[in-house]
Amino acid sequence: MTERMGFFTDTSVCIGCKACEVACKEWNQLPDDGFVFEATSYDNTGQLGASTWRHVAFIEQTRTVRMKGDEDAGVDRWLMSSDVCKHCTHAACLDVCPTGALFRTEFGTVVVQEDICNGCGYCVPACPFGVIDRREGDGRAWKCTMCYDRQRGGLEPACAKACPTDSIQFGPLDELRERAEDRLERLHADGRPEARLYGESPDDGVGGAGAFFLLLDEPEVYGLPPDPVVTTRDLPSMWRWAGAAALSVAGVVAVAFSGSFAGGIAGFRNGGRR
Amino acid sequence: MTRERSMVPEAEFRSYYGRPVIKAPIWHEPHMPTYLYLGGLSGVSSMMAVVAGFTGHHRLARTARIAAALGAATGAGLLAAELGRPERFLNMLRVFKPTSPMSVGSWILAAQGGLSAVAASSELTGILPVVGDAAVLATGVTGPLTATYTAVLVADTAVPAWHEAYRELPFLFAGSALASAGALGMLATPRAEAGPARAVAMIGAAMETVSGVVMERRLGPAGEPYRLGRAGYLMRSARALTAGGGLLAAVAGRSRTLTALSGLALTAGALCTRFGVLAAGRASAADPKYTVVPQRQRLDGERPG
Ligand code: SF4
Ligand code: SF4
Repeated sequence: MTERMGFFTDTSVCIGCKACEVACKEWNQLPDDGFVFEATSYDNTGQLGASTWRHVAFIEQTRTVRMKGDEDAGVDRWLMSSDVCKHCTHAACLDVCPTGALFRTEFGTVVVQEDICNGCGYCVPACPFGVIDRREGDGRAWKCTMCYDRQRGGLEPACAKACPTDSIQFGPLDELRERAEDRLERLHADGRPEARLYGESPDDGVGGAGAFFLLLDEPEVYGLPPDPVVTTRDLPSMWRWAGAAALSVAGVVAVAFSGSFAGGIAGFRNGGRR
Repeated sequence: MTRERSMVPEAEFRSYYGRPVIKAPIWHEPHMPTYLYLGGLSGVSSMMAVVAGFTGHHRLARTARIAAALGAATGAGLLAAELGRPERFLNMLRVFKPTSPMSVGSWILAAQGGLSAVAASSELTGILPVVGDAAVLATGVTGPLTATYTAVLVADTAVPAWHEAYRELPFLFAGSALASAGALGMLATPRAEAGPARAVAMIGAAMETVSGVVMERRLGPAGEPYRLGRAGYLMRSARALTAGGGLLAAVAGRSRTLTALSGLALTAGALCTRFGVLAAGRASAADPKYTVVPQRQRLDGERPG
């Protein structure tokens, strides 16, 4: 495995141009989602899905800021953020895929092999970020590959390449984390205390994301889960409870027949044969 | 950045235009819930076939063997039909992945289906009775697993109403499976031999009812999707049908009509449970509050101040 690669999306410089969404569609030849007028914001894509691997969220806010003279002045601002698959360290989608269609690449990213996916749809509700989806009419699950094909050719992903403000940065994950810390400090020093990193910590519920973000408000405002946890974390415990239930099934059946065990093994032999 | 937050999920929370955070299960009706029902039916029927064999309930053993085989075969068919690409069904058996309940489940179902088919064919044809007996004995292991693994299947997702219920769901499914198989045994076996099936149905109905109640209690606000809307209607119907069917089984005695009514009520109840669980999962994925509020509370609880 080569170095783990990742995305650092710095939403503080995103201008909502959607170049990433378009570049992703173009490079990966993703089908049209149809034109949907959401009537809530400039966002007419709505969410990540089988045919939308980068999604720019638009949040129109009026927030209270402290200003000299007018202590409670309201300021209008746009929050824009280009969302993408997080390429989790502990990826629920990869864990639950029963066919092995989802795999971890040499770049540490999570990719679906389209010829193996049987469209069981298990990865869809397993992802704690609501990223991966099955495409209607195609039957397979699709999501961001972090441009696996481009990376293999030594190129950066199409979205990062197309981003005019460097809001989307691509590179070795360690390097990106350092860069993100620097940027965060600068913003805090510039009087932007609300700036925070999301998904950068290897100690979070998914073991850290391969694609992490600098946000200017709480994650849920952007449609992100505040404290996502890989679904398989509780799996051993789940199997234990299921095992106990399986044993009680056996127990119940045995009890229901109790009092009529007289036949014993001999009865069983006859039962099979009659 | 201070903001008022109440400690119950009805509380105000912020979201992205009320859009869901996670994706809802795409599994269809009636395939998925019917499969859950059939898997339970097949699993417990196998178990009944084993014990009925040991205790000399030949008719019941025969019925149970056939039910187990038919349930597993039909269930597997529904499962394949549910895939986006059914022709790729065999990719399921390409790997064995302990981290994937669906992978583990596919192997369990394959074993259960194969063994119960052998057991039933030998029963019907009289060919190779020893092999048939060995197969039915083996389903004594795969049967209970078939009846309960599906609870892990749904719980191992990010769907709050499922994931948070991972302790109770196996018992709900197990109870429902017992009630289903007991009901079928009651319906399809002469009264003289149906006693144990009736007992299985009654205990199963009790287990299904109690674990459903316990689950909703313990989940608290996260259990709301089981109480509201279509899911709520299905879960309430399930409870009424199951409890009613179970009680009726206890008093049906010699009456054919009452036995039939009880069996049908239990079957309908088991089906309602499975459809209700799917509907509740969908509802809990669709509303961001079920995802955001508990996670936000967890974060705020951890961060003092
Ligand atoms: S964000 Fe979802 S789809 Fe992406 S790697 Fe993590 S679990 Fe998988
Ligand atoms: S839909 Fe495809 S990628 Fe997703 S879990 Fe099933 S086989 Fe794996």
